[in-house]
Amino acid sequence: MPHIPLPEHLPGITGLLEYRLDTALPIRDLTQILLRGESTLTQGERELIATIVSSRNCTNFCEAAHTKAADMLLGETETARLVKLNFETAPVSDKMKALLNIAALTQKSGKSVTPEAIERAHHAGATDLEIHDTVLIAALFCLYNKYVDGLATVAPTDPAYYETLGERIVGRGYMRPPGGHQPPKSTNEV
Amino acid sequence: MGLFFFHLIYKTCIIMPHISLPEGFPGIRSLAVYRPDTGAALYALAEALLRGDSSLSQADAELIAAFTSSQNDCTFCTCSHAAAARYLFGTDKEIVDAVIADYQTAPISEKMKTLLAIAQCVQQDARTVSDEIVANARLAGATDREIHDTVLIAATFCMFNRYVDGLATLTPTNPGAYEPMGERMATLGYVPPKYP
Repeated sequence: MPHIPLPEHLPGITGLLEYRLDTALPIRDLTQILLRGESTLTQGERELIATIVSSRNCTNFCEAAHTKAADMLLGETETARLVKLNFETAPVSDKMKALLNIAALTQKSGKSVTPEAIERAHHAGATDLEIHDTVLIAALFCLYNKYVDGLATVAPTDPAYYETLGERIVGRGYMRPPGGHQPPKSTNEV
Repeated sequence: MGLFFFHLIYKTCIIMPHISLPEGFPGIRSLAVYRPDTGAALYALAEALLRGDSSLSQADAELIAAFTSSQNDCTFCTCSHAAAARYLFGTDKEIVDAVIADYQTAPISEKMKTLLAIAQCVQQDARTVSDEIVANARLAGATDREIHDTVLIAATFCMFNRYVDGLATLTPTNPGAYEPMGERMATLGYVPPKYP
């Protein structure tokens, strides 16, 4: 049960983003820019950063949603699964390994990001902007994960929910749908 | 000779940012100048959260921000938001340092103590915000919206602190540098810096 009353048809972050709209707007803007805006990192790579941070924060809702988004963007389910298990042996580039390492350190604390971790990323060909965006995406998902868990929002257990949610965030992105989220007409709708 | 020692001290004592950031801007300001589009969203979030419509006073919101930042050991965010809170508390400004030292013995209301307990759980591991700790806040008079806002302020500063320290941004070491910053934040609010 969430700690505050939230609409039942809006689990996880979705109910919170409707609860307070003035703070939700810049959070949505930031997410849309970082995960869907122009970048030398692919959308799939950026969703992997969101996934590993959510996984390490043990936030089931965000982990399931962004794993699904990464799977859809990458066209397979192995990479996200293996990145969560151990990114050092996952089938991603050396540059992505170095960036995932920075994301994992950022998840622990800002001060955990060492000059050596940055050097490794630069050496593997990462630009300053890619390092910047990795740190900010990781930091942003610490916000999301703590917001979602701190208010004890509900994480649906039905995989079909995340299928629909994944399609939504891959297809439409992170901005609020016009008019917000209407209550479902049937139980299958999110 | 003097210049030599300056360079020596500069090289050995000053931690350089992890990426090339515009010079002359500290902390979050350097990052907002580096990437203005994300900077605008981040400043809009701080403005809504700390100065927008809430039954938490602006001073209490800044206090939660400073407290969370101190728990994350983020010097820049702690010093700047503590300075903003001190300015807003005025003659009661000693509250701020008392909260950072130990909120449980600080001269604040029971309600603020229960809200800071929630913020502390969010900072450590948000899954530890228990029904009991939320019930304590309600018993002390906190509303749903105040509980929500406390969680979101703490979560947001877990982001800002990681962003600012994760890129090793410039952190002024002179405490005097933060006083005008705090006054500006408390009075003019969160306006993204412009590159000159």
